[in-house]
Amino acid sequence: MSGRVLVGVKRVIDYAVKIRVKPDNTGVVTDGVKHSMNPFCEIAVEEAVKLKEKKLIKEVVAVSCGPQQSQETIRTALAMGADRGIHVDVSGKDYENLGPLQVSKILAALAKQEDAQLILLGKQAIDDDCNQTGQMTAALLDWPQGTFASEVSLEGDKINLVREIDGGLEHIKINTPAVITADLRLNTPRYATLPNIMDSLMNNETELHKPNHRTSLCVGLIPLFETVAPEDMQGGTDRSGAMLRHTVLQSGKPKRIILSCLCI
Amino acid sequence: TIIQRKQKKPRKTGRRTKPPEEPDSGRGFHLPQLKEFQKVAFDFAANEMAPHMAEWDQKEIFPVETMRKAAQLGFGGIYVQPDVGGSGLSRLDTSIIFEALSTGCVSTTAYISIHNMCAWMIDSYGNKEQREKFCPDLCSMEKFASYCLTEPGSGSDAASLLTSAQRKGDHYILNGSKAFISGGGDTDVYVVMCRTGGKGPKGISFGKKEKKVGWNSQPTRAVIFEDCAVPVANRLGEEGQGFNIAMKGLNGGRINIASCSLGAAHASVQLARDHLLVRKQFGETLSNNQFLQFKLAEMATKLVASRLLIREAAQALQEDRPDAVAICSMAKLFATDECFNICNQALQMHGGYGYLKDYAVQQFVRDIRVHQILEGTNEVMRMIISRNLLSES
Repeated sequence: MSGRVLVGVKRVIDYAVKIRVKPDNTGVVTDGVKHSMNPFCEIAVEEAVKLKEKKLIKEVVAVSCGPQQSQETIRTALAMGADRGIHVDVSGKDYENLGPLQVSKILAALAKQEDAQLILLGKQAIDDDCNQTGQMTAALLDWPQGTFASEVSLEGDKINLVREIDGGLEHIKINTPAVITADLRLNTPRYATLPNIMDSLMNNETELHKPNHRTSLCVGLIPLFETVAPEDMQGGTDRSGAMLRHTVLQSGKPKRIILSCLCI
Repeated sequence: TIIQRKQKKPRKTGRRTKPPEEPDSGRGFHLPQLKEFQKVAFDFAANEMAPHMAEWDQKEIFPVETMRKAAQLGFGGIYVQPDVGGSGLSRLDTSIIFEALSTGCVSTTAYISIHNMCAWMIDSYGNKEQREKFCPDLCSMEKFASYCLTEPGSGSDAASLLTSAQRKGDHYILNGSKAFISGGGDTDVYVVMCRTGGKGPKGISFGKKEKKVGWNSQPTRAVIFEDCAVPVANRLGEEGQGFNIAMKGLNGGRINIASCSLGAAHASVQLARDHLLVRKQFGETLSNNQFLQFKLAEMATKLVASRLLIREAAQALQEDRPDAVAICSMAKLFATDECFNICNQALQMHGGYGYLKDYAVQQFVRDIRVHQILEGTNEVMRMIISRNLLSES
């Protein structure tokens, strides 16, 4: 199988950041907060670049849907070894309403436009944890899907896949073109090297796309009512009396018991 | 997955399809690249260095494998020319990279910066044979380097060094000893400043490994030369040019060391902030205490001020401005002093916990204390700056 791989990369709040809910409960604070590429998307990019290094595919195209800053995410993909980037410009209200269904429609349209043989995505994003985009994209294209992949190997025009599922590991064989979503153990993403960063950013361009009517984003299908933080932990009941009595009964001698405070 | 460094092809300058989109901010066109460099360095520091920082310090491990991984990413010869295996980046890029790496381990990053300085000296002042012989291995960290200037009798007064090199045919015979050499005994290439035309028994040997307060992930030893024969082909530059080359190397070295202090201060401010948000006394978190709030604000302000001065110095050095030496000295003086105070304050904010080796903040304090001393003491920095000011006509 030769040809083009589309890799979806999403710009999300960095995994190490402490998330704070906005005071008006309409969402989480994103302004000024460190963002980076979704970790599962990094794994997808790494897999695509590895396939290219094995000469099983010809070109890796990184795609991101979002505002201007999404270009940073695409640049990271380029620095890791992607050949080309496509930034689908979605901002403002459209961006707030952007969800898996809309992204899937965009990816499906791009896949046809770019004549892609394979779409590689992360299994889910760490901000919304939807785990839907890969599956929806495959359905829209009527392509087979291999989700939660922990091993991918190409065999002619078929793909051997090992999936991590609740029951264990599932081995499947699917036809191409196909959609694959990457799970944690698929690979360990490489660091971009300094020369790669320089070469890629000098020589690779990122195209800008504006979504057209067919990939309409105007309607947000899932209304968001409220975002709240989980409740603070409440203190436990003081059972020191009960514990002390129990221990005395067991050993016949009173023991000094130090109960540590579990919540601060 | 680590990428093997392939033999570098010369970059095809004609192939650029598009001019860079970012507007010229007066700092060069590559702002997006800078962010990517910083990202790689931060990621590397967090994943490959920070988890081992305490162990390297306690067991005094020289982390060869980790440094070689860093070299594979291009950190072995950051401002060395690409034709001999370097990354060909600017001083500003370098400062940003070392600042980020330092958040993972100051001592190791400081050694990497010394190694870079040596590689650069050979790259800049070496002839074709010397560059091709030494630089590729140094850039890949196949070989490690040490910079040998200080002697038992000449520290701040570097020009009074005594190690002699007497010409005998096609060799120089070196005699003398160097003190406090970072990496000494564990490194492969020694860039030695010595005096030709002076007086002159077997080779090179090393003193005992010093026990230090910090910088424990790199060994420090005296380097002793007894009738040590070094081929004339290994002389960098001309006779009499050595002091100049040594000082030029130090300008960059000072920015690098100051950048390492920045990284430590940055990490310490984050640690202090996290602690203030968690630790409770008198019924509320420490972050509600106004004195601590103000203290944290001062720390952050001094950090940003230090950072700006260092980056300005990096630019000045890159552009070879006439004030470069003075401003590099200012940056080193200011940043190392302020960043030490920041780390020290961060330790204080941790209370008793700050004094325990379980907490990283004490290692940052110990590791950057020496930055006020080496690569020219902060007193010598004042000498350089005042001399520059007073000599202006």
